Amino acid sequence: MKKLEIIEVTKYFDALYTLENISLSLEKNQFISILGPSGSGKSTLFNIIAGIEKADHGKILIEGRDYTGKPGRVSYMHQKDLLLPWKTILENVSMPLIIKGTEKKDAKKQAEPYFHLFGLEGFENHYPHQLSGGMRQRAALLRTYLFSQDIMLLDEPFGGLDAITKRKMQQWLLSVLEDLKASILFITHDIDEAIFLSDRIYILSERPAKIKEIVDVTIPRPRDHTTFTCEAFVRLKEKILAIL
Amino acid sequence: MKKLKSIGSVLSGFSKGNIDFLPVGFIVVLILLWEGVARLALVPPFILPAPSKVLHTLVTTLPLMEQHITATMFEAVVGFSIAILAGILLAIMMDSMKIIKRVFYPLLITSQTVPIIILAPLFAMWFGFGYLPKIVIVVLVCFFPITLSLLEGLESVDKDLLNLLKSMGASRWDIYRMVKLPAALPSFFSGLKISGTYSIMAAVIGEWVGGKRGLGVYMLRVRQSFAIDRVFATIVVIVLLSIGVLKLIGYIEKKAMPWNKEI
Repeated sequence: MKKLEIIEVTKYFDALYTLENISLSLEKNQFISILGPSGSGKSTLFNIIAGIEKADHGKILIEGRDYTGKPGRVSYMHQKDLLLPWKTILENVSMPLIIKGTEKKDAKKQAEPYFHLFGLEGFENHYPHQLSGGMRQRAALLRTYLFSQDIMLLDEPFGGLDAITKRKMQQWLLSVLEDLKASILFITHDIDEAIFLSDRIYILSERPAKIKEIVDVTIPRPRDHTTFTCEAFVRLKEKILAIL
Repeated sequence: MKKLKSIGSVLSGFSKGNIDFLPVGFIVVLILLWEGVARLALVPPFILPAPSKVLHTLVTTLPLMEQHITATMFEAVVGFSIAILAGILLAIMMDSMKIIKRVFYPLLITSQTVPIIILAPLFAMWFGFGYLPKIVIVVLVCFFPITLSLLEGLESVDKDLLNLLKSMGASRWDIYRMVKLPAALPSFFSGLKISGTYSIMAAVIGEWVGGKRGLGVYMLRVRQSFAIDRVFATIVVIVLLSIGVLKLIGYIEKKAMPWNKEI
């Protein structure tokens, strides 16, 4: 069954189209990237999927049910970690559970076992400013995961990191996804990142954002650092560059 | 240049531990200068008493001032507390409902242009000579900085963070409790510090109009009997009390925001 379906979503600000007729479907355990220039309305699309912004036309279906304009089902992760500086990492990541109504103690207990997998073990009681940028992004990802384990929307999650940390985080994300079994929608403007991570890439045009082309990435998994230089990767990159 | 550098290093050497000795030293020099002027009788003592005389008067008349200090502190603390509650309430209301902000904000700003000193006698007419008019003045002086700084703090929270919480299905109350109020704490406390220092002074201004007790009442009395040394002693008490309030707020601020300390 399709995890998430975006059906003909259109959005305009004043008379200006931001999103024009976007349709997309995400299968279970699939990793889809949305590749497009910055400021092309990709984040607006995520706000619409998360239910906090209204589309002027179109529908959002999650597991077949209509979730158009209803928040609280899927959350997203931002380029900024958006961790609360006055809460410890454990308190930060268990926040979505508390919002859902879980007792503080139980929420922490549910969050704790994931610290090892997310490479945050031993930092439960640290404050965000004591962690490196990469670790903060991992904590933000854990918070997103604890909110909705099956579907995650990642909005340029590694966009604010330096190139070396970014590479490491991409490889870590792939390895951790083997355990998590989540369906992921990933926004990026980095072609290498999109190819390396995804099963399928939706290429968006500049404003108004329209789907220009859908590219399937058939490079077998598991992928590692050699993927970046393999022939299939380079050919795919050439193709995408030509489209953009 | 070399000389300047060496002076610089000597000056920076003045701060030890938590105390910066440079301003302390400067004040000491000023007081010594003042003492010299008074000792040499350059100014008659009934116009400007020597600091040593003021200190002596302070120590000897402190028991006499005690009831006045208590009265002033009472007015300041009660007024300040009401101002804090009113400020918090008003700021949250203005932040959560834009229509309330549109209605109240211009009024709030205008209210600050009304000279309190002129209002004080009117309050005495309306509310008598008891504690009430003084407390009202303290509230009026104090609540504005608190309201404004808290409102600013609430409004400056990252929009992306608010969106994130909304996407998680957080209620308005969740958003205030988890994000907005803690995020606004630093600006709230800077407002508290401003109005906290004003609170004692506001009570004294209120007492000038009349009453039975209070440092303002006492000050008027000793001034009318030309006991200038006592006037100065009262000023010292007011300054010390205000600094005390400031320090207390600073202490609470540190306790309330443990995450700030480690940055």
